[in-house]
Amino acid sequence: MLRLDSLSKRYQTGDLALSNVTLEVPDSQVMALIGPSGAGKSTLIRCINRLVEPTEGTITLNGQELTSLNSSKLRLARRHMGMIFQEYALVERLSVMENVLSGRLGFVGFWRSYFRKFPQSDVDEAFRLLERVGLDHMVDKRADELSGGQRQRVGICRALIQDPNILLIDEPTASLDPKTSRQIMRLICELCKERKLSAIINIHDVMLAQMFAQRIVGLQMGEIVYDGPPNEITPDVLTKIYGEEDWEATIETVDEDDDENVDEPEQVKDEHHPGIDRDRMSGLT
Amino acid sequence: MAVSQLNGVKVWQRRDRAKQLKIWFGYFIAVTIFMVCWKYMSDRTIWIFVWDAPTQAIDIATRMVPPKWGYINSLWGVIWDTINIATLGTVIAIFLAVPTAFCAARNTTPSVRFVRPIALFIIVSSRSINSLIWALILVAILGPGVVAGIIAIGLRSIGFCAKLLYEAIEEIEPTQVEAITATGAGRLQVLAYGIVPQILPAFAGISVFRWDINIRESTILGYVGAGGIGLHLSASIDNLVWTQVSIILMVIIVTVIVSEWVSAKVRHSII
Repeated sequence: MLRLDSLSKRYQTGDLALSNVTLEVPDSQVMALIGPSGAGKSTLIRCINRLVEPTEGTITLNGQELTSLNSSKLRLARRHMGMIFQEYALVERLSVMENVLSGRLGFVGFWRSYFRKFPQSDVDEAFRLLERVGLDHMVDKRADELSGGQRQRVGICRALIQDPNILLIDEPTASLDPKTSRQIMRLICELCKERKLSAIINIHDVMLAQMFAQRIVGLQMGEIVYDGPPNEITPDVLTKIYGEEDWEATIETVDEDDDENVDEPEQVKDEHHPGIDRDRMSGLT
Repeated sequence: MAVSQLNGVKVWQRRDRAKQLKIWFGYFIAVTIFMVCWKYMSDRTIWIFVWDAPTQAIDIATRMVPPKWGYINSLWGVIWDTINIATLGTVIAIFLAVPTAFCAARNTTPSVRFVRPIALFIIVSSRSINSLIWALILVAILGPGVVAGIIAIGLRSIGFCAKLLYEAIEEIEPTQVEAITATGAGRLQVLAYGIVPQILPAFAGISVFRWDINIRESTILGYVGAGGIGLHLSASIDNLVWTQVSIILMVIIVTVIVSEWVSAKVRHSII
């Protein structure tokens, strides 16, 4: 279980990115974090593995307090947090296999990793993961030869090979086309379910968030303004998170995967067009 | 950028008038200084020698032909020395430049306040002294010979390699480094996985480029006694044996062409 307690972050420029955020993510919950650009979504997940140092507050993961760890303890703690990035953040000039195995760096000594002598169990796991995401034929390709969706799959493998307790996912679909976005989100959610992983997913796309997450948290100016199930997202809620706009067409009628909210009556009357919805959203973000 | 109203129409110009005039004035000053300097130099030139220059040049050229082809056999040794000076000097320089560059790059230096200025000072001092001057000093210290040449080339190249390399380090993609850090990798692992792959092409390019420059620089080092083909060149010119000078020049040109070809090939295959 992950717990943030009155977490704040003020950047050196004076901008308050997070203010007094308290949040609890139970085990094996997939939580989507939505909000306008600059709301502090990226800051929030980067505070958890301390790529960004929080200014105030505490973060507890499975009973371990993270904000007070010294650098070597932090390193050990980071091994149990997988992170997936918006622009994939693969090391472009390394092969797919090297990128996946880099998820094990925290568990392997420097010279072993330098000469790429990873334990056979790690290599086995890498092959298994690559097969799971459908990239087992790409093992020796260089990362910069892959398409966006393929790169993100490698990014997912790199995070999962850490065997993490939690996944921190920063805009996994922002650079992908609508179809690939759905596939990637579905893959992430399936994998979380298989491994009973909890995940925090920063996402711009409200519809995708509703479609795949079990819980949605809305962030605005560094504060939580919504925290609830996906089917309770109403135009009013979106207005509170993003500001005034015609939200009717953005809201998901729930057809895929999510079964818990099928029985609920929905606000959307006519059938929606995903393409149009995206345009609307992209204008906003 | 200036926007002004003209008869109710919004007019946009790149600069407003005052700024534009200042720029023209700047050009005027620059041209004036250039012309004053030109006048000063031309007043102090002995023009008789200059008018005579074409005749002299043709005279030397005719004395250079035919080249004394047999002389080439006494050059193999020194051209080999020259290439060795350049290569070993470059290798030394690279070994010293890599840590210097990591200390000088803002994103990898252990301390911006203390270590970085020292690294930058090393770079500047190495770059500001020509290898010929390094060689002069080193010949005085170590005595004449190839060793002085190698060290001179090495010292001069540290700054060049380190400067280009630290600029490459500062331009790396930070998210790749972030991603490796987020896996719990140690400092050295972040270096080996997150940074080194990103700068490898630049590193290879810089090294071969500097080697190529060093081949050219080491041909002259013999002039001050630091070994290589320069010694023969200076002896031949001093003794007015122009037929030998021409063959030396030809050997140098061929060597430089070959080195350029090699470095182009290497850079091409790496990027």
